[in-house]
Amino acid sequence: MSKLIDEVKDSRRKYDVGSWIVPIIAVLTAMFVASVLMMIQGLDPMLAYKSLFTTAFGSSEGIAATLGKATPLVLSGLAVTLGLRAGLFNIGVQGQLLTGALASAWAGYALSNLPPLVHIALALSFGFFFGALVGAIAGYLKAFRGVHEVITTIMLNSIVMGIVDYLASNPFKEPDQALTRTPQILESVRLPMFGNFPSGFFLAAALAFLMWWILGFTTTGFRFNTVGRNRFAAWYAGISYKKTIFFAMLFSGGIAGLGGAVETLGITYRFEPAFNLGLGFDGITIALLGRVHPVGIIPGAILIGGMRAGAADMQFDAGVAPELVDLLLAMILFFVTAPLISRFFKNSANRSLTGGWGN
Amino acid sequence: MITLIKRRGSYYFLAVSLATLYLYSQSANITTSVFSIAVTFAMPLALAAMVGIMCERTGIVNIGIEGTLLLSSFVAFYVAIAAKSILIGFVAAMATGVAMSLLLALMSVTWKMDQIIAGTILNILATGLTSFFYIQGNMLPSMFKQKPIPGLSNLPFFGDVLFKHGLLMYLGFVVIITLYYGLFHTPWGLRTRAVGEHPSSADTAGVSVSRMRYVNVAVAGAIGGLCGSYLVLELVGSWNRGFTAGKGFTALALMIFGRWNPMGALAAAMFFGLAQAGANQLMINGTVNIPPQFVGILPYVMTIIVLAISAGKVRPPAAEGQPYEKGQS
Repeated sequence: MSKLIDEVKDSRRKYDVGSWIVPIIAVLTAMFVASVLMMIQGLDPMLAYKSLFTTAFGSSEGIAATLGKATPLVLSGLAVTLGLRAGLFNIGVQGQLLTGALASAWAGYALSNLPPLVHIALALSFGFFFGALVGAIAGYLKAFRGVHEVITTIMLNSIVMGIVDYLASNPFKEPDQALTRTPQILESVRLPMFGNFPSGFFLAAALAFLMWWILGFTTTGFRFNTVGRNRFAAWYAGISYKKTIFFAMLFSGGIAGLGGAVETLGITYRFEPAFNLGLGFDGITIALLGRVHPVGIIPGAILIGGMRAGAADMQFDAGVAPELVDLLLAMILFFVTAPLISRFFKNSANRSLTGGWGN
Repeated sequence: MITLIKRRGSYYFLAVSLATLYLYSQSANITTSVFSIAVTFAMPLALAAMVGIMCERTGIVNIGIEGTLLLSSFVAFYVAIAAKSILIGFVAAMATGVAMSLLLALMSVTWKMDQIIAGTILNILATGLTSFFYIQGNMLPSMFKQKPIPGLSNLPFFGDVLFKHGLLMYLGFVVIITLYYGLFHTPWGLRTRAVGEHPSSADTAGVSVSRMRYVNVAVAGAIGGLCGSYLVLELVGSWNRGFTAGKGFTALALMIFGRWNPMGALAAAMFFGLAQAGANQLMINGTVNIPPQFVGILPYVMTIIVLAISAGKVRPPAAEGQPYEKGQS
């Protein structure tokens, strides 16, 4: 029994942000390897990085664009983090985010004659609700039917992609337009800007702090952490495993859906299936880069948002394909999770975040 | 329990046979062509499921199958173009599959990392590499051509469905049957299953758990390379971003549905292939008018339904997903 209690206590240490040095070295190592690949292709890595980062962080317009890109990333990182804390690997953030983006776009253009604040709140809740719905399907199947969430969420990604594409090209399509996209949302539903900066980012950051508080200082958070760490210890403590993972998946999906809604209402102002591709998978990298800590996600999201914002200029200045960013993110994920680096910092890297199919 | 599985399997087989016979009597040509196409849809799924079975039977969860297929099909395509030989492309794809697998084994056996995250790294790495190095507008020098097997291909129905395919398809069948025989009828299979179910017992009996896991995961990678080459060099003939379209994930579901048994997974893959080929045929006939997006999501919806029915009732290898430490009980 004491072993179980130790493991639960251990869950606090497990997500220690003291290990911030590992993510930084992981990013630098990934950039180094990517620069070798660029040199093999005969490109100039220094020029590419310089262009990438001056575009992203060198001017106030650049920073505004970076924060705009970072906003949905913070939320998709948070969604992955919440899942991982409860021992669930939500690879379905992509689908949940798309659902939320489309639902909020519909609420943004189809509903009218509402006071602006009510309308914004309604559109955001539409995003949350439909994202949560997709998450809840996976949560239900995991909790009550024993189907592993990794498979269901991946399948749901493809299913949502098909449905959303159908909706955006048929009933919700902008009339008299060749493109597959919805009409623009009303001006009054757009999220306001603070000067150059999108207010959605501050909403997302506030949510990150809120989640840090919930996970660290409330009984709900204790339930999530305990179930994630050891379901038998949770059972011993009288915590319902099934209920907890169902709600963890539901809220994880809801946060992802909110990410899609914030993107639609604050940046793109309409839904187009191609807009949000990859955001959900970036969330996985961001969550692990932030050491599965809600507040640790914010710098990771800003970094990756910056890379996404600067990629087009990098192609223009240095001739490097913008897909370099995908490659960089893959290597960052590898270096931040592999014990190559953390072993030098006595960080216990051999921890299990998820379970096999049987769990 | 075993008799129950066998009985259910034979009911399924009987039902499909009767339905096929009926359709064949109605329209022999269409039924034959639907089945023949279904086999080409089913083979990549079945082979990808074999990758999963090889890994999981030995205790390693591999959700990186999708990445293995994506990267190996990519390598098969571009190496075949560069070397002007599809055979060299095929060999390079196998090598790529093995390399991906060794990376997985390094992360999950040697570094004892979380295996689901290790697999995700393979997937994201393959997506990143292939989309960065992708060049548009290339053509394969040739493809693996249809080679009817003399004699067998003259059989009514079965000849057209099973024995009029390319080399890689036949190789796929050989791999699946060999794997089935190997897993359940050879000492290697017994050791593999022991390592996946109870590694400390296997260790006590003198089987090296990590070596067994490394070798099996590497062989699984080679099968993944075969699957990737089949897709690009025999079935499709071109490559684009996101080429494998989630087949590696569907395969995981087929593996579970087939109870980690090669024959079970093959049957499940055939079921999927038939459903898709049948839906396509209905579209062509104009019998039903479904939006193409909904036909596209059919395999994924089926995967979820199939798992919701079967997942709680099947048991994965007991030691799956857990790194082995010597001396653990």
